[in-house]
Amino acid sequence: MSILNLFVIVPVLTVFAILFTKDFKGARVVSAIGMGIQLLLAAYLIFAYLDLRAIGITDEMVFTQDILWFPMLNIHYAIGVDGIAVSMIALTAIVVFAGVFASWEVDNLAREFFISLILLATGVFGFFISLDLFTMFLFYEIAVIPMYLLIGIWGSGPKEYSAMKLTLMLMGGSALLLVGLLGLYFYSAPDGGPLTFNILEIAKVHIPVEMQRLFFPFLFVGFGVLGALFPFHTWSPDGHASAPTAVSMLHAGVLMKLGGYGCFRVAMFLLPEAANEMAWIFIILTTISVVYGAFGAIWQKDLKYINAYSSVSHCGLVLFALLMMNETAMDGAILQMISHGLMTALFFALIGMIYGRTHTRMIDQMGGLMKVIPFLSVVYVIAGLASLGLPGLSGFVAEMTIFVGAFQHPDIFHRAATIIAISSIVITAVYILRVVGILLLGPVKNTDYNLLTDARWYERLSTITLLVAIAGIGMFPFWLSDTIMNSLGPIVSRLLAVV
Amino acid sequence: MDLSQFFIMRHEVLLLAVIILILLMEIFVGKANRKAIIPVSIGLFLLSTLAGFLPAESGQLFGDMYRTNGLIVSMKNILNIGVLIVMLLSAEWLRKEENLDKVSEYYLIMLSTLVGMFYMISSGDFLMFYLGLELASIPMAALAAYDKFRNSSAEAGIKFIFSSALSSGVLLYGLSMIYASTGSIYFTEVAAHMGEQPLQVLGFIFFLAGMGFKISLVPFHFWTADVYEGAPISVTSYLSVISKGAAIFIFSIVLFSVFPMLEPLWQELLYVLAILTMTLANLFAVRQNNIKRFLAFSSIAQAGFILLGIMGGPHLGLTTVVYFILVYVFTNLGAFGVAISISDKTGKENINDYNGLYKTNPMLSLTMMLALFSLAGIPPVAGFFGKFFLFTSAASKGYYILVLIAVLNATISLYYYLRVVKAMFIEKSDHPIAPFRSSLSTRMALALCVAGTFAVGFISWIYEYLYDMTYLLFIF
Repeated sequence: MSILNLFVIVPVLTVFAILFTKDFKGARVVSAIGMGIQLLLAAYLIFAYLDLRAIGITDEMVFTQDILWFPMLNIHYAIGVDGIAVSMIALTAIVVFAGVFASWEVDNLAREFFISLILLATGVFGFFISLDLFTMFLFYEIAVIPMYLLIGIWGSGPKEYSAMKLTLMLMGGSALLLVGLLGLYFYSAPDGGPLTFNILEIAKVHIPVEMQRLFFPFLFVGFGVLGALFPFHTWSPDGHASAPTAVSMLHAGVLMKLGGYGCFRVAMFLLPEAANEMAWIFIILTTISVVYGAFGAIWQKDLKYINAYSSVSHCGLVLFALLMMNETAMDGAILQMISHGLMTALFFALIGMIYGRTHTRMIDQMGGLMKVIPFLSVVYVIAGLASLGLPGLSGFVAEMTIFVGAFQHPDIFHRAATIIAISSIVITAVYILRVVGILLLGPVKNTDYNLLTDARWYERLSTITLLVAIAGIGMFPFWLSDTIMNSLGPIVSRLLAVV
Repeated sequence: MDLSQFFIMRHEVLLLAVIILILLMEIFVGKANRKAIIPVSIGLFLLSTLAGFLPAESGQLFGDMYRTNGLIVSMKNILNIGVLIVMLLSAEWLRKEENLDKVSEYYLIMLSTLVGMFYMISSGDFLMFYLGLELASIPMAALAAYDKFRNSSAEAGIKFIFSSALSSGVLLYGLSMIYASTGSIYFTEVAAHMGEQPLQVLGFIFFLAGMGFKISLVPFHFWTADVYEGAPISVTSYLSVISKGAAIFIFSIVLFSVFPMLEPLWQELLYVLAILTMTLANLFAVRQNNIKRFLAFSSIAQAGFILLGIMGGPHLGLTTVVYFILVYVFTNLGAFGVAISISDKTGKENINDYNGLYKTNPMLSLTMMLALFSLAGIPPVAGFFGKFFLFTSAASKGYYILVLIAVLNATISLYYYLRVVKAMFIEKSDHPIAPFRSSLSTRMALALCVAGTFAVGFISWIYEYLYDMTYLLFIF
């Protein structure tokens, strides 16, 4: 049995264990233990994976397992990972672990909260290990639906509206996706063999170009909705602003990466001709995402909205880099997914912690927080610096790689798009520094805030976990980059082969 | 004819035996012990359900008027399971004072319609088909009017009998045209002589319209919501699951075995009907506040999705449809079960009344949520697999646009299913439904539904088994 099964089994067991706890204290301890095990497993998986590569195993996917599920339709439970999936799993494990500690104080229906949260995580882990499009889709939907309850019950503000909007838009995306997946399935055996949902099998066949043209938009937009592709991003600010802390973390940090991951693993990898042909449309859209998200963030006064729009911008950059279709840019895209996942999770965690103390998220009502809650403030500054791409932190590594890769295209269209996208870095600096200035520096505006206490141990644990990962990637990007690069090879060569 | 051949009619014979025993009970059980009729009837029916799972034989009787094979037996077993759940769910309601003197009538009428459905599914010619259909519908009107002193129930009965008579008339008219142009009422002979002459096509269209009434496809659905709302809620659950399931079974059998020649035509018609049915039913369901009307429109929409399955052809398509009906039995009866249980205890049948239900009745709320998610096609419950295979089935014929419209409709349907979830889990209420404990029979039924909703999706051999069975479609 493959070790990857544990990534689904452990959360499910955790859910069952939570059912037997009595109160919120029990529920959170059990969740923390379960997700702690998950984090250790992820760490082990990285080393096990690197070991396999070190001894010269060059299979595209490792730790594979394949169980025939519905023989008639040739649906398998097929799992396996490459370097990219391993990194995404590690990201998920870190964010979920930090998320559990960030929601340490949830006491309203705490058991239900942790169960939904961990079910969501199960869906994400399952998605990243799947090699079969059917199970991938199944896990994808499992990841989306607990969001409704998580936002609807434990959210704030216009939570019912936001929850419904988010769920329906993401499900609408998955509707498009389903059509695309069925299209792939029925063209997966042009020579009359058995049809298959297996990604690696489909990658071996050549799907007729006119069919690729038909299905590529379905798949790319379907995943793109989750990746906040303009103009399908509108669920993101509302959803993130209304969601409880851990859910915003998980959603912006991990769930939105499902979109980016799906875009290249399914849409681009399996339909390379169409991807090359249609890339220009989506490059335009993602450039708009990048710039529009950054400008959107400038105008917002609510901390969560600022970060939500910033996520639209950063996730737009992921899709933008993927569409550049060369090894450097795609490497940057994956790095950006991980970097942004950690960064935005840290931001949302901090915002939740600040909101828990000041009971407001409006930046103009706060000020001088550096004096009263120094720990949280300093972490906020570091997160901000990572977000605007300061060297030494993960954001720099990712964005640098993306733009270097994107600029390799000699033609005017790609270069223009790249330059426009690069301008977002400046705008990012504006809104980050503005928030830091108003929120953290200066005199303490509200005298009540003098009584605030700084971070507790679980809050420190949550933020430091993320911080260590951000700094780690920033200082030692090479091992992560190498892990990704090795696995990008087959994908990029398939994309370039058809040009 | 050897008498032992009769035993290939095992399902019908057993059911008749159960009916006769209940009739005898009605005569011999005194006023004081009437409550005992309920568990005994359920027990008897359970035995006949179990006996239905004994190995099946293929064969035909009465000169090919009656036919049976593994596929048909599976269909009957699915209906049996559904009826068993309905009987368990309605036990609490029947135990009420005002219903006690007509307990056995309820069972007699219900099982009579079931006999009708069995004969209908097993029919080998249009005469038997029509007899079964009428036996399945006329007593149903009595069942809908079971609360005869409540105006809306009596009204539901009248509405049902009128619409049913109209649809039977239309259907019969179509059959007469088919008889006139092919010279036979036997399925095999009709299929052999069926062409594309105008009279035959017209006859087929009338047949389709008649069946459209029974399955309540848009635009033949107008009776559905009123009848579902007026009838006692247990009867509604029976109507929306069992009676609809049986109609879909025979509809798909007839399409594949009698009208394969007209396939291009009925594919087009189903294409249009499916879009109309899903879309309009969804738009109406969004606006409903009464849980019965809500489930009525939801079940119309589900019928639209089922049409997608039928379009996939006699193997992939038929398997998917039968599989989906199995899922639908557990799922929809789960949703109805919660509604029945709440209606029995409190008489409340509006979605607003469910506000804050999770705080007071967590188990019922979770069951309801599971059932609604399954209806909406959310994994990991069985509805996801059912829906996915329906879409696969339509996509196998290249109808990607139709699949797109269907999945978008599934998203719309999620909206109104989530409305109920929202009422139960998110809304707060000053007067929530007080905590209560359902009766043992209700809890058993709901447990069965929940188990089915979870298990059917993951147990893939059910699907495989049904697929193998569809190869028996033309073998008797």
